[in-house]
Amino acid sequence: MGSQMVHKRVPAFRVLGRVLHHGDRPFQALMVLACLATVGLVATIGWALWRNSALSRAAFGWHFVVTSRWDPALDRTFGALPFLQGTLITSVVALLVSVPISLGVGIFLSEVAPEWLRRPIGFLVELLAAVPSVVYGLWGLFAFIPSFVKPLANFLNRTLGFLPLFEGPTFGPSRLAASLVLAIMVSPTIAAVSRDVFQAIPDAQREASLALGATQWETISRVLIPYGLPGLLGAVILGLGRALGETIAVTMVVGNNLDLSISLLHPGYTMASIIANEFAEATDELHLHALIEIGLILFLLTLIINSIARLLVWGVGRRTMREREG
Amino acid sequence: MSALGRWLSIAALVLLLVGCGAPTQAPAIQTQPPAEQTRAPAPTKAALPTLTPEPTPIPPGSIQINGAGASFPFPLYSRWFYEYAFIDPTVKFNYQSIGSGGGIKQITARTVDFGASDAILTEEQFAAAPGILMLPTVAGAVVPVYNVSELKEAEPLVLDASTLSQIFLGKITRWNDPAIAALNPNLPLPAKEILVVHRSDGSGTTFIFTDYLSAVSDEWRNTVGKGTSVEWPVGLGGKGNEGVAGVVSQNDGAIGYVELAYAKQNKLSIARLVNAAGNIVQASIETTQNAMADYGDEMPGILARSIVNAPGKDSWPIAGYTYLLIYMDQSDCAKGKKLVQFLRWALTEGSTYAEHLEYVPLPENVRQQVFARLDQVTCNGAPLR
Repeated sequence: MGSQMVHKRVPAFRVLGRVLHHGDRPFQALMVLACLATVGLVATIGWALWRNSALSRAAFGWHFVVTSRWDPALDRTFGALPFLQGTLITSVVALLVSVPISLGVGIFLSEVAPEWLRRPIGFLVELLAAVPSVVYGLWGLFAFIPSFVKPLANFLNRTLGFLPLFEGPTFGPSRLAASLVLAIMVSPTIAAVSRDVFQAIPDAQREASLALGATQWETISRVLIPYGLPGLLGAVILGLGRALGETIAVTMVVGNNLDLSISLLHPGYTMASIIANEFAEATDELHLHALIEIGLILFLLTLIINSIARLLVWGVGRRTMREREG
Repeated sequence: MSALGRWLSIAALVLLLVGCGAPTQAPAIQTQPPAEQTRAPAPTKAALPTLTPEPTPIPPGSIQINGAGASFPFPLYSRWFYEYAFIDPTVKFNYQSIGSGGGIKQITARTVDFGASDAILTEEQFAAAPGILMLPTVAGAVVPVYNVSELKEAEPLVLDASTLSQIFLGKITRWNDPAIAALNPNLPLPAKEILVVHRSDGSGTTFIFTDYLSAVSDEWRNTVGKGTSVEWPVGLGGKGNEGVAGVVSQNDGAIGYVELAYAKQNKLSIARLVNAAGNIVQASIETTQNAMADYGDEMPGILARSIVNAPGKDSWPIAGYTYLLIYMDQSDCAKGKKLVQFLRWALTEGSTYAEHLEYVPLPENVRQQVFARLDQVTCNGAPLR
């Protein structure tokens, strides 16, 4: 297109005017730029984390991810295993708690609730997502743990204490507390997105199902959920992303202890927490590099989990498409 | 499709125009004087064209002094900067409490005019920043706090160096341990388990506390050591003073450590300690100042030293200085002069604000040494002023 204009020898301002009027070219360029900026940003972050963790990678190699000592003072030995484990446990438990609840909220808001109730409740759910995480942390530490988590932990320990998952003793700040606070934090995101997913499903689907004699429950469970599965998975991934990276709220309630048991009632530690805790006052180079390497691992873990989830969505999406066509 | 494209491109153009328009509006905003300057003796005349050339006063806030570092003294420093703006409005301080590590890095790279650190610089750090001065500004006391329901109404618990270190090493696990009972014959000590709570975030408070434990216990020194964060043998980590206090107050049988100011403001039960002289002391500004004075005449050339386990008969044993880091030879004379003036003010009149905030001002013998050091500060090799 540009070369055509040169051949016609139109004045430059006309070319500019036509290009701007037409709009496609500048718009395209702008969008390509925005896209490249995102890719460039991810690459730059990865590169910076890689470069600034050189000392720690050289000193510990692969042992870093499989050892569990973290001693910045005396031996300057660092291992990331407790943090890796803590991040995975708290995120997974948070999702296990949050997904059924928030899907329920999404279904309720889209399918079950009377029209006049949808807006106020939807608004409240979105408001929950806007609460700053430090507020969740303070609330968790001073209200939620003493009034709910501790009694729950004591109860779990009394009844299911024979399982390693619910071993005592119980103190309050624990992986369970972190998981529950995380569950509350990711629920609004999952609920809001899944409500939008359900609302985007054409009414023809519901009508067809009801016309065949299905109950509302059968319509939701056999028609709407399978139809919206890719979108629902996307909602869960958004929630998982927040759970993996959540820092301040988790740091305040997780107990910050290098405990390697799998008990939910024990205090734990997460990757984001150790960075938040120690980065500011780390004066030793190796200590700093070890913290940055944890950042690198968290970055890679997030990339990997997101890629897997993305593949899952694609797979499910293709299958649903085939089923719809077939 | 093309209609959509056109609308999007219009939107993009609008965004671009808005983006380009922003800088032209900026000067209009700047013409309004910043709020801090309104209380200054405003030299508004300077703005009007006058025929008689007067020696123009330095406009308010025109000298910006940037600092960064420790978060422990941040409440005091920001109070000092606020109050100092009324005394010398020409200078404006900007302090970022990014942590001691960041403060040391930034002053080493000379990206700030002063740094601040709770920790004493290591030899490598001194070597990386030749000509750097460590100037103690105030000290802070760290106190053991506990929550045992049976002891709520009783007199404060007494601990000594060995029981405290044994508790934090996980060797003493119950409140009615004979070692604790021997120190507190009148207290109804329960058989409860002790829950140790420590700071999870790297902090000067932890440095002071572990410095003390390392000074009094060989076992602690050889197995845990001292630092802004250490590998704790037992216990839960709470983020910040509020995190430690929160976990302690929610768990019957817990013991932790926080800054004196925080413990007092939140009315936590503070343990008394048997100090190096063998006396039972209570944490206070006076007893902490005693500890500083004990070591005041033994300050080494760098004006920085640990003051834990002080020998005086009435000295609180767990305390530490926080330091300002400046270069002996300043590169910007105007800034250097203002900085030194400010420090003199902070250490004299400013000390009242320190006591308000429960920081411990320097005792006289240490303060004179800091003043003597400030006299030696130069600018590009020449004496200041």
